[in-house]
Amino acid sequence: MKCQYACGTAEHVLERRKFLGTIAGMAGAATLGAPRMVQAAMPELVAGDKHIIMIWLAGGVSQLETWDPKPKTNTGGPFRAIPTSVPGMHICELLPHTAKQMHHLAIVRSINTKENDHGKGAYCMTTGRKQEPVAQYPHLGAVGAKLLAPEDSPLPGHIHVSAGGSGGSGNDAAYLGPRYSSIVLGDGNPPRNTALPEGITPEADNRRHAFRASVNDHFAKRRRWAESDAFVSSFDQARQLMERRDVFDVSKEAVKDQERYGNSEFGKQLLLARRLVEKGVSCVQVTHSNYDTHYENFDFHIEQLGEFDQPFATLVADLVERGLWEKTLVVVMSEFGRTPSINQFHGRDHWGTAWSVALGGCGIQRGAIIGKTNDNGTEVADREVDHGHLFHTYLSAIGVDSSGEFDAGGRKLPMADPAAAPITELLA
Amino acid sequence: MNDAPAPAAVPPADAPQADPKLTHAAGEWKYTSPLLSCRFDPSGQFVFCSAQDNSVQRWNIASGQATALNAHDSWVRALAFNPAGNHLYTGGYDGRVFVWETAAEQPTPLRSLNAHDDVAHDGWVRAIAVSPDGKTVATCGNDNLVRLWNAEDGSLLNVLSGHTKHVYNVMFHPDGTRLISGDLKGEVREWDLATSEQVRTLDGGSLWKYDEGFRADIGGVRGIDFSPDAALLACGGISEVSNAFAGIGNPLVVVFDYATGEKKQSLVTSKKLRGTIWNVHCHRQGFVIGCDSGHEGGHLLFWNTNEPNEFFDFKLPNLCYDSDLHSDGLRVVTAHQDNVLRIWRMTAPAA
Repeated sequence: MKCQYACGTAEHVLERRKFLGTIAGMAGAATLGAPRMVQAAMPELVAGDKHIIMIWLAGGVSQLETWDPKPKTNTGGPFRAIPTSVPGMHICELLPHTAKQMHHLAIVRSINTKENDHGKGAYCMTTGRKQEPVAQYPHLGAVGAKLLAPEDSPLPGHIHVSAGGSGGSGNDAAYLGPRYSSIVLGDGNPPRNTALPEGITPEADNRRHAFRASVNDHFAKRRRWAESDAFVSSFDQARQLMERRDVFDVSKEAVKDQERYGNSEFGKQLLLARRLVEKGVSCVQVTHSNYDTHYENFDFHIEQLGEFDQPFATLVADLVERGLWEKTLVVVMSEFGRTPSINQFHGRDHWGTAWSVALGGCGIQRGAIIGKTNDNGTEVADREVDHGHLFHTYLSAIGVDSSGEFDAGGRKLPMADPAAAPITELLA
Repeated sequence: MNDAPAPAAVPPADAPQADPKLTHAAGEWKYTSPLLSCRFDPSGQFVFCSAQDNSVQRWNIASGQATALNAHDSWVRALAFNPAGNHLYTGGYDGRVFVWETAAEQPTPLRSLNAHDDVAHDGWVRAIAVSPDGKTVATCGNDNLVRLWNAEDGSLLNVLSGHTKHVYNVMFHPDGTRLISGDLKGEVREWDLATSEQVRTLDGGSLWKYDEGFRADIGGVRGIDFSPDAALLACGGISEVSNAFAGIGNPLVVVFDYATGEKKQSLVTSKKLRGTIWNVHCHRQGFVIGCDSGHEGGHLLFWNTNEPNEFFDFKLPNLCYDSDLHSDGLRVVTAHQDNVLRIWRMTAPAA
């Protein structure tokens, strides 16, 4: 029976997700101050139809060692450029596997965020806004979950697979509310508290649930209200999540797939990302650490990109093969790039002035190169863009009018920075 | 061309003795790009250095004339001579190894050492050594391999596999029967050249760390040398790393008793410099020289092997990434980040 006051309202959903968030380790404190109703002032997308995978190269990957090599210049370093599957497009030799997939991907080489601080740069790139003391903006994953995740999905809409840590939650949904905050899968493990406690069998759990249901029913006959229904629903959703715990278990994937992605931690995490997308999760962030290479930049990029290249190329090919590429926006980004000048420790430092991201999939033109830097990469030479343009582009790519607004408790809040616009030539 | 080894340089009894505490500048040459590696040729006539512009430069010490050796497509980190001194081997981050005539007026490679296609290793070549009899060349690199080559014709003789990380250094035992290789994890392997089998492993693990925060390896056997009597083996690098990506750690030379394979001494610095030993030299007078660079600049550090702390710290004017000891035992050359190649003399300055 559908209840007139509880079902389908934002309050209901918010309360239910709050509970689910607790199950999954979300911080209850994150709800404080969050508006109780957020709606997109735009036509609904087909929920569950599109996805976002953000690959976050933490610390700031070097654009010269990835997407914008400058060999044989005073800034180029020791690596050479190699041709890719796109005629005329070259990337760094550290990405030989990715080079073969570049006909599916695009590069933006002309980013200038004017931001060289880790935290502020990360904020810019994940929210599309400069950090402000008086406002908080939601992470791309939260926005994506809000726009893409089905209302009734038993799975979280925004998952962050990270290296290290024991799992928990991110407080990154701002005014969208904790429902859209990231659930963190530390070390790629399932959300916390989703396994039955030791000593409780499934049969005992079923009996426990039946008992709770009978008490709830008894209670509802006399004093039914929205909160009590939300409470009941939350338990049901939590049970569904617990029953689907194997969604987070990458070992359930075919052995040949596990072999293709490789045995590295990052390879397993990218395979998990694919698995989560296939199971219906809207937004997945996978973080690969770490690229903050102030010392021995070249040695460290060999090691880190050596871990990145083959699994990433496999993910791209896999999504294409499985027909998920057109439905999934894949973005490889960092908080900033690295200085063209090589410092005295053979390192490269923070650099938000002229750097690159790579992206592809849903709504993105294949094989495109947007913008360029000068000969030795010290400044943008053509089509300068920033985090705001990129954020608009991500939303446009998944079919959202990025000039739209969220309705947060009656306040109209632009989804993306009104001062920026999509990079239209990057869109398919 | 005569590839036969030159007679061992035995200094006359009245030869001048080096005194590190008298170290002073004895020459310098400025280039246009930061320098990476440097070597005196065995005759002592030239110093060769590599630079970030992918070139190798030959500097005639007497005349100051510089000549470029251009063939590599990336940075060159490995420089080595055959004992006769007429051939120079260069190994680059392009995976290639070239053989050059040391004193050629217009240098071009005589040949390359090719494992397949035109490369000696897949990935960077990190170091080259030539056997004492001049017949065998050893190379190592980022493919985790050591390769042995016939110096006469450049053919591949053997591949020594077993390292699990990039191999940073190779060196022949002075008697020519064994080869030592050291890798990123500080693992030092000894190979029997008669059988190409690994004989034993020496633990240089204090020269390596896997930084859990950054999830990356740091360290490696950056410098390696035998004492002239082969009783000691010295391996240099960085230790006690607290921040990998800022290079925060302390220079360290691990000295092994070669007979037992046990660590004899850890050579550290009294002031806890933050840096890395980029090369190490065992002087015939018994002391050890470490070329250190890091957050306190460049240093030449001098140790006696029976004491952990240096007995002399010579501050260099800039960071340096390699050094070499002249066959006269009196001069050291250092390759610097500020584009300058500097020669230092460890005797009293001329009046």
